[in-house]
Amino acid sequence: MNQNNGMSLIVKTITRLLVGFILLYGIYIVLHGHISPGGGFAGGFIIALSYILLMLAFGKEEILRKVPQPMISFLESLGALMFLTIAVLGFFGGYFFSNWLPKGIPFKLLSAGTIPISNVALALLEVSLGLFGIFLVLVLLKFTPPKKEK
Amino acid sequence: MSTYFLCLILFCVGLYAILRKRNIIKMIIGIVICEYAINLFLILFGYKMNGRSPLYSPDQQILDMVDPLPQAMAMTAIVISLATTALLVGIAIRIYEKYGTFDITKINKLKG
Amino acid sequence: MQFIPLLVILPLGAAFFISLAGKNKNKLCDIFSVIITFFLFALSLFFVFTTHNYTGALVYKVGGWGMPGGITLVLDGLSIFMLTIVNFIAFMVNIFSVNYMNRFSAKDKFYALFMLMVGGMNGVVITGDIFNLFVFYEIASIASYALVAFGTEKEELEASLKYTIIGVVGSLCILLAIAFLYAYTSTLNMANIASAIAQNGINSVIAFVSVLFIAGFGIKSAIVPFHAWLPDAHPAAPAPISAMLSGIFIKSLGIYTLCRIFYNVFGMNSGISQLFMFLGALSIIVGGLLALGQNDIKRLLGYSSVSQVGYIILGLGIGSPLAITGALLHLFNHSAFKSLLFLNSGAIEYATGTRDLEKLGGLRTKMPTTSATSLAASMSISGIPPFAGFFSKLLIIAACIKSGYVGYGILAIVGAILTISYILKFQKYTFFGQLKEINKNIREVPIFMKSSMIALSIICIFGAVLMMPKIADYFLKPAQESLTRGMKYSDLVTQALYEK
Repeated sequence: MNQNNGMSLIVKTITRLLVGFILLYGIYIVLHGHISPGGGFAGGFIIALSYILLMLAFGKEEILRKVPQPMISFLESLGALMFLTIAVLGFFGGYFFSNWLPKGIPFKLLSAGTIPISNVALALLEVSLGLFGIFLVLVLLKFTPPKKEK
Repeated sequence: MSTYFLCLILFCVGLYAILRKRNIIKMIIGIVICEYAINLFLILFGYKMNGRSPLYSPDQQILDMVDPLPQAMAMTAIVISLATTALLVGIAIRIYEKYGTFDITKINKLKG
Repeated sequence: MQFIPLLVILPLGAAFFISLAGKNKNKLCDIFSVIITFFLFALSLFFVFTTHNYTGALVYKVGGWGMPGGITLVLDGLSIFMLTIVNFIAFMVNIFSVNYMNRFSAKDKFYALFMLMVGGMNGVVITGDIFNLFVFYEIASIASYALVAFGTEKEELEASLKYTIIGVVGSLCILLAIAFLYAYTSTLNMANIASAIAQNGINSVIAFVSVLFIAGFGIKSAIVPFHAWLPDAHPAAPAPISAMLSGIFIKSLGIYTLCRIFYNVFGMNSGISQLFMFLGALSIIVGGLLALGQNDIKRLLGYSSVSQVGYIILGLGIGSPLAITGALLHLFNHSAFKSLLFLNSGAIEYATGTRDLEKLGGLRTKMPTTSATSLAASMSISGIPPFAGFFSKLLIIAACIKSGYVGYGILAIVGAILTISYILKFQKYTFFGQLKEINKNIREVPIFMKSSMIALSIICIFGAVLMMPKIADYFLKPAQESLTRGMKYSDLVTQALYEK
């Protein structure tokens, strides 16, 4: 790992310690979205913040070597399509967006039909990568300093 | 009642920034303040005194919950404002690249 | 009935699919998007032919949830009328942009945004829930903000910034209005809001909400005090997007929503009606006068849109069945001829590389198809008798005089004269006169651009057929009835929901 990229050693070490917990907390909020406060958007936001923290600490080159920017856009569109597919599969239940899977016992983790699956599609792909993609695109805008006009 | 007036004042602060400031970034911040004022208003009128959060729990019956629908509306409005703000910031960066300034009085290619 | 949500699913799915798989595959994007828009157009025609003798509304419950809580999709005469126009123009513009958009890079992004915009507009037209309307409105608006900036040059960025800031302030007004409406009626369904307002009557809250809605939707429909974004945004966008913006965007997001809310939800009263008539007449005169002084083709056409939208608002303000028929017919005609004129301006720019009227001239010999189609559109917009535009303007002016608003009728006639003069200026400086030396080597535009222009010009010529008694039953009459029915909208929707 190149020492010159990104921020100082202290920031990098702390980030390496913390980022796993942030990611885990985000995933917890997503998976428990249908039985406790939270859900796809809030959890996805936390996951996106963990990515952004990694990028701030280690510099954009380090991240882009692992996940190139086209792949992020690709996965984001895939997430949106997945969400739409779940909604369209609701036609099995008679209506667009209807909850056609068995509902299960309330307040158990595996319950509530299609809602957890939509939460996962929304959070892990759509919101987290969408936010990260926006951040990345704003960082990566090719910036040529304007010429001074006299 | 006074909280609603505070919302109005916050909205007016944002509107002042949109209308009066010359810097594009300050205008964008003004838009964000306006959006926050409206989101705050949405949450506030859904609230009732000493209400509980609108969650079912396995062992107790909750009767005095606050209205959950404005919260969902505020959430959707936040997502929309996120998209708009990202687009505006992108346009602002591009404008700085082309014109070399954030001052809207100097960005005047279009007339009439 | 089961197909109603497809109108939203298809374009949104197409948008995500194109951004997923369409990178550097222009052919695939072309074919895919043309198929999708054609299918949408066919679907809306299917609704026209299956529902014409059915006086009620079709209601679809999203997710199987019923009226007070769930989101409903409502399809009545006005919705079907708007849907057909939106999808027809989108189909034509899509065919046009197959050739035209080769000038730009990133065609896949253009198509993705285009599909988002179509999906948003279809959603606005078919939804029966006021917050859902706001969400679709924002989807369509954000796509249009990005599409105006598509060229990313100085003018485009500045126009897009101006348009975005004005548009965002408008959407904030609408969100605030929806918040007040929810606080007052404690429901978001438009039919339920209508019945709640019918019980409680009009009071100061409703008056305040009306003002907020007029400001918010008036910004999108570009009636005069709110028109500042339009003459900048239209020239800056690529020509197919100008055609979309002027042809259907300002109608489905501005005029349709105004109609729906003020006729069917709040109920038309004399104050709103006077305000509509005043704003309409102001738009006609101011837009026409400003259009006369322009030298850029698209800017001239943009101001002309302001002026023509004024006619529609004037007709809606009068509110008699004759005036509403005229306004709806003018809405249809305007979307045909204004899209065609913007596509013509795109063709001219494609061939010669400029939009400045002073650098053009004599293109009639070099570009016969563009010249002929543009002549048809110009005849229609300026109201020459056998063409469609004449009948709609005649209906509006006749309705003005019949309802006793002679002054507004005279203003509308003055507006028609202004229209003829700026259209003559456009025709004279572009297609007639001497051919300039630099334009000696230009050629006619490719086949797809030609075909969509020819199809639109046929609509411009024969648009008045819609008024014929038998044909009007299919298309124009249900739309007019769903407006004149007014507050009965809520009974109709409730009835349709519990019928089955």
